[in-house]
Amino acid sequence: MEKKNDKLMIIIAGLVIGVIAAGLAFLGNPKNMGFCIACFIRDTAGGLGLHKAPPVQYIRPEIIGIVIGSFCAAFAKKEFSSKGGSAPMTRFVLGFFAMVGCLMFLGCPFRMILRLAGGDMNAIFGLVGFVIGIFCGIFFLKNGYSLKRTYSLTAGEGYWMPIIEVVIFALLLIKPAFILFSEEGAGPGAMHAAVGISLAAGLVVGVLAQRTRLCMVGGMRDLVLFKETRLLWGFIAILVAALITNLVLGGFKFGFAEQPVAHTDGLWNCLGMLLVGFACVLLGGCPLRQLIMSGEGNADSAVTVLGLLVGAAFCHNFGLASSGEGPTPAGKVAVIIGIVVVALIGVVNTYVKEKAPAKEAA
Amino acid sequence: MVDARGLSCPMPVIMTQKAMKSKEDYYEVMVDAQAPLENVTRFAKSQGYNVEVEDRGGEYLLKISR
Repeated sequence: MEKKNDKLMIIIAGLVIGVIAAGLAFLGNPKNMGFCIACFIRDTAGGLGLHKAPPVQYIRPEIIGIVIGSFCAAFAKKEFSSKGGSAPMTRFVLGFFAMVGCLMFLGCPFRMILRLAGGDMNAIFGLVGFVIGIFCGIFFLKNGYSLKRTYSLTAGEGYWMPIIEVVIFALLLIKPAFILFSEEGAGPGAMHAAVGISLAAGLVVGVLAQRTRLCMVGGMRDLVLFKETRLLWGFIAILVAALITNLVLGGFKFGFAEQPVAHTDGLWNCLGMLLVGFACVLLGGCPLRQLIMSGEGNADSAVTVLGLLVGAAFCHNFGLASSGEGPTPAGKVAVIIGIVVVALIGVVNTYVKEKAPAKEAA
Repeated sequence: MVDARGLSCPMPVIMTQKAMKSKEDYYEVMVDAQAPLENVTRFAKSQGYNVEVEDRGGEYLLKISR
């Protein structure tokens, strides 16, 4: 656990992940979307028929690989343990609104890096909002925000997420009639690398992210709170590696207009990611980190992932998700509601003290 | 002693940071997972402390001194 090795490890992991992510876009994934935890959970929700948006229906093997990779790494290192019980419903709601923010911007923090690395300058507005959101979250952290402790749960509890991922993978391979697939040319859901490649990429990222605790909000958060730069180096390494890979493979297109799976509304790109940064700091980690922890046996993170999944389904069923044309009016309202709800969660879990049990009984 | 068992990051580090404002030479922090173990250790070392870890079967007592 020497400090220098620590930093070097996360930089190497970030570089590998950056190359894999940019490479996936060349092997069939949508441009600047080698990885996007939000988009891929949304596509999976569509594949399972939880929403009816034909362009975005595909069970993404990358998500399955990330959870299983994390599970294997945690298990091998004896870090797997079933735990939970730290405000699960609050986490569900935070996950839900983090997804609302992601689908306003059209990407999770991971894809925000990949969009920057692909020359999509709209992501700069996202990054600005993301940082502001992180600062909002830090304000509460500094004032005592906490979702309280997790506890050890029954031994089987932590296995559910990995098991569910295996079942979903089986459904992807068997292709029963109730599993939906975006038709060729219908949209991002129809664009994907071969199943084996996507799964392998997910597994590698899952293992690396589990070992290094990589987290996209953690970088900025730890820098501000503790002047700790380790996680931020992971963020930067992904950006640099994806940028170089894009330049080499010809995937770099600088500018604002006509960027792949993106819109040019700067204000709402900013506000969408503000919501994401804010919610993720209160959750203790970005969507990628939530997936990783769900593979480590953390039931709270598993509930958060379910929040992301349900959020994605609602976003498409209620017309909240943006498209290349821009945000929707309903989506704007949802983002504002999301920021208010997340702020209230911050206030309640920072300033409202628990009543004494005796008073409650009376 | 700082009891950070069951708390996810960054709470254990924030609690350690707050405790360290008293500028004493010795602190004890209890955690029960690898990530906070690593993060509190890293933070304490960055503040010029030495860290000794006592494994108590899934829980870790960090003896932080200088």
